[in-house]
Amino acid sequence: MSMIDFQVIAASGEVSLFPLHLLGMFFGSLGLVFFLGAAVGLIRFPDFYTRMHAAGKGDTLSTMLMLTGFGLVTMEDFSLGSWLLFVKIMGVVLFIFIASPTVSHVLMRAASEDDEMPLTEADGKKSSNKGKKRN
Amino acid sequence: MYPVAVFLLLFLNWVVLSGKFDAFHLGLGVVSCLIVTYLSHDLLYHDRKKGLERRLLEAWSFLRYLPWIIWEVVKANLHVFKLAMTKEGYEEMSPRVVTFETYLKTDFAKFVLANSITLTPGTITMLIRGDVFHVHTMSQFLEDDLLTGAIERKVAEVFEPESLKKT
Amino acid sequence: MIEYFAIVMGAALLVLMIPVFYRIWVGPTSYDRILGVNVIGTKTAVLLVVIGTLYDRVDMFVDFAIAYALLSFVTAIVVSRYLNRTISQKEMETREKKAGT
Repeated sequence: MSMIDFQVIAASGEVSLFPLHLLGMFFGSLGLVFFLGAAVGLIRFPDFYTRMHAAGKGDTLSTMLMLTGFGLVTMEDFSLGSWLLFVKIMGVVLFIFIASPTVSHVLMRAASEDDEMPLTEADGKKSSNKGKKRN
Repeated sequence: MYPVAVFLLLFLNWVVLSGKFDAFHLGLGVVSCLIVTYLSHDLLYHDRKKGLERRLLEAWSFLRYLPWIIWEVVKANLHVFKLAMTKEGYEEMSPRVVTFETYLKTDFAKFVLANSITLTPGTITMLIRGDVFHVHTMSQFLEDDLLTGAIERKVAEVFEPESLKKT
Repeated sequence: MIEYFAIVMGAALLVLMIPVFYRIWVGPTSYDRILGVNVIGTKTAVLLVVIGTLYDRVDMFVDFAIAYALLSFVTAIVVSRYLNRTISQKEMETREKKAGT
């Protein structure tokens, strides 16, 4: 195969699939924006529980969006191999969609059974009642 | 029926992860999937009394449930973004713990309900003890939205439609 | 085009990881630290896919990403169990009965 053939094939592939790549880049940038929100929330929020809100939600959606975006960007031709790659990446997305809320629930439960204090006064009362009941 | 379903799921997983379609690799996949199915086919699918039609119906209604939950995740992220970035949002934050009781029976439905509560705006499941859910919420109006039970109804439509007909 | 996008994406991910590292460094409690470690673990899975796009071997790097996501999930659960041993429901009820009577 000569160089010109190769360039023609590359150019045709690039042109025909350009909207797909653009969609993938859009998803990736959107994921970065949401990760920015999660990171700023992780710095600014006052106590552990509210930081958990920022991390649990922002992390889930931004990871899903970025991986989907890269799955679309690496979709060069619609051959079997690239479809398998896309399905694998969507498998990672599905796993994170299930695992990330579970991790946040586990950390939340471990912290609430510890001596960690919630923020407001009502929470303080409830948690102290719980502690008395349990011990 | 259930061992066959477990075998098909495992074999699909094998094909996607290996990515080779010659006879040698497919044969290895069949052998190892048969061994794993024989050893541990009772781990997946807890309730064996449900028929095939019921499972397919559940899968179909779960697929219809997915777009709603994804839209809720997007709303939750916009809410977190607003709270983190603007000063007004930061001041309206008033975290507290809400307790409510659910009518869902099976463990899997409770798991899906807990994950859905975590992914909807401003709420995280803190502790589950039997039927009682302790939920940590961020602000007042989201809490009212939780207590009307919209999320619970969505999950009950998928997994336990008979519990909706009674009430 | 795609290479530039991947480079910009990886650099932005690294820059945005700095606040999370700050939270791990400062974090008042150990739960804050494990929370930051979990966030960085899931983002490293994304970063592996970015590196795979740069080297044109995504099919190989996606397997690493799967393994890394599994590992960070298990790490978070194990550390939270280690920090606070969660008790089963039966044990909780029996303790409540003891405390009540």
